[in-house]
Amino acid sequence: MTTTRWVIGLGAALTLSGAVHAGATLDAVKSKGFVQCGVSTGLPGFSSADDKGRFTGIDVDMCRAVAAAIFGDAEKVKYNPLTAKERFTALQSGEIDMLPRNTTWTYTRDTSLGLNFTGVNYYDGQGFLVTKNLGVKSALEMDGASFCIQAGTTTELNLADYFRSNKMNYTPITFDTSDQTIKAFEAGRCDALTSDQSQLYALRIKLSDPKSAVVLPEVISKEPLGPVVRQGDDEWFNVVKWSLYAMVNAEELGVTSANVDEMKASSTDPNVRRLLGVEGVKGEWMGLPDDWGYNIIKQVGNYGEAFDRNVGAGSALGIARGLNALWSKGGLQYAPPIR
Amino acid sequence: MAAEHPSQDSTGKVPLWRQPTFRAIVFQVLLVLCLLAFGNFLLSNTLQNMEQRGITTGFGFLDNAAGFGILQSLIPYDETYTYGRTFVVGLLNTLLVAALGIFFATFLGFFIGIARLSHNWLVARLATVYIETFRNIPLLLQIMFWYFAVLRPLPLPRQSLSVGDSVFLNNRGLFLPRPIVEDGFGLVVAALLVAIIGAVLLTRWARRRQEASGQQFPAGLSGFVLIIGLPLLTYWVSGSPLHWDYPVLGGFNFRGGLEVIPELAALVLALSIYTAAFIAEAVRSGIQSVSHGQTEAAYALGLRPRVTLKLVIIPQAMRVIIPQLTSQYLNLTKNSSLATAIGYPDLVNVFAGTTLNQTGQAVEVIAMTMGVYLLISLVISLFMNWYNKRNQLVER
Repeated sequence: MTTTRWVIGLGAALTLSGAVHAGATLDAVKSKGFVQCGVSTGLPGFSSADDKGRFTGIDVDMCRAVAAAIFGDAEKVKYNPLTAKERFTALQSGEIDMLPRNTTWTYTRDTSLGLNFTGVNYYDGQGFLVTKNLGVKSALEMDGASFCIQAGTTTELNLADYFRSNKMNYTPITFDTSDQTIKAFEAGRCDALTSDQSQLYALRIKLSDPKSAVVLPEVISKEPLGPVVRQGDDEWFNVVKWSLYAMVNAEELGVTSANVDEMKASSTDPNVRRLLGVEGVKGEWMGLPDDWGYNIIKQVGNYGEAFDRNVGAGSALGIARGLNALWSKGGLQYAPPIR
Repeated sequence: MAAEHPSQDSTGKVPLWRQPTFRAIVFQVLLVLCLLAFGNFLLSNTLQNMEQRGITTGFGFLDNAAGFGILQSLIPYDETYTYGRTFVVGLLNTLLVAALGIFFATFLGFFIGIARLSHNWLVARLATVYIETFRNIPLLLQIMFWYFAVLRPLPLPRQSLSVGDSVFLNNRGLFLPRPIVEDGFGLVVAALLVAIIGAVLLTRWARRRQEASGQQFPAGLSGFVLIIGLPLLTYWVSGSPLHWDYPVLGGFNFRGGLEVIPELAALVLALSIYTAAFIAEAVRSGIQSVSHGQTEAAYALGLRPRVTLKLVIIPQAMRVIIPQLTSQYLNLTKNSSLATAIGYPDLVNVFAGTTLNQTGQAVEVIAMTMGVYLLISLVISLFMNWYNKRNQLVER
């Protein structure tokens, strides 16, 4: 008898946990009091733990922005470090609420995995890292070379495409984490490490002698990286999407974490006033408080601040804005208006 | 008597529903039905939820082009082959590692196990140290250790260590000449087959003659000479129908020849060394389980020590060793899935790694991978059980 009851109970639990309804994620996040965020296992500039165990990075800032928008407190985030292989399953199964993990937006991932990409927080492209004494100037000189790659990435496919279309041969050596790829590269197992360019800069500073390796100029693919959420929950999709847009809009309007209080009190620009929730638009349309935009800018900063602090001029990586500059400055970062 | 029992009617027959056998069968059928219903519920619930969330299901993905490269493949493979093919490539790589590992672990294990029982103090202590060290360090660490220990000290391809310009060793692997067969090599293979059949027949004849007359014939030695000698002779007579494809340094690495990648070397090394420690203990326990009286009785009958070992001790020890050996073979095969830590393209790395991630079909891919490991393990288990049965004590 108890067995039967147990079976029925287990069955009911499975059925309930399987049910999805719009808004379920936001409600669940509000009731548990934090955002469960899937990040990488350690990629400086994107998501990595510092010496105090605090996660930082441009991807981590996406989690913090969403937490700030919902709770008014950017610290209400718990992080799950995930390998490239684990990330989609973790999101599909509901283990995490959002996945900002330098993940490339592709047709297959957007349409067949039950996932949605909410936008692009970093425009990237695949490149090559080689040791200086190899004397290679271009990827086209690398016929027959071997490459260290991280498993389960678009990198594996791009590399195959690139060598096939240029009629060259290559040897792939595939590892689970980016840490293992850089260790194998340093041990001389491969001639080159290939990954998104931003990662190459990030991994290079992990070498014992970063100056011994150079990033080749070629970019062989488009890698738009962005936060991912589960398909079928439009309310949560909106929250994550507009958290990013708020940061980009803030940069465009010149609102920073330093001047946001002053702007909120005295700005007469209606665009700024709408962004900061002073007039016009309501946060409740997304199920959030009206000052969600203010909280993001106050606690996390605008897109430009996040970029500089984590990967740009103000960081160890020192990556130029390039494609990630605002559209008004020759880049691709463009957000729909908040109105 | 019958009337005293309330459940029995006047004819003395027990009603069907009170018969123990009938009830046992009914309960077992009910249990199986419940299990099936539960399994079916789990499956349909999973499928329904995946459908609701827009996750593609089914095995159709196996026919799609894979589009990624694999480090080592025993069968022709490139990016244009299907995901189904990546499954076979990964499976063969797993089987290769398991087979090599089992082979080396068995040899090393028997050697160390016997060494531990040696009367030589130093040899016995060295074997003890070996066993206690390697079976007490986690296998994953050993794999990492051997990978980097193998990789780090080796030179780059352009400074390769070489033996007579035909064998090269560098941190990309070991490069050996690959034999290329020409017309007429079939004769050599045929000669080998003939020699093997001849050796088997010779052994049988020798045994029958010994049983009949007591006269011995060195069947083992002459069989060995036959198996080696006849193909060599044929090879020489038919004008050496074999040439070698030597590895040549070109661009970044050697091309041609036979390549042993360092991932394979490290993995086989770690798996064999680790499992050999356990096999050595199994061998020791087997030999110690044969009482000393057996040896003394054999000596009393006038058998020489080697014959005693071969005919008295080992056959009895094997009965204890084989079941433990089976477990170790199964462990080794399953442990080979740790390959993914050093990038050896086994089933877990290729299929449950890259393929899973490129297709996103976790349920199907993991189910197939688990099914394969179960199947491999069951085959090994069946074979070892059959072998065990043959070696068991036949009681008369």
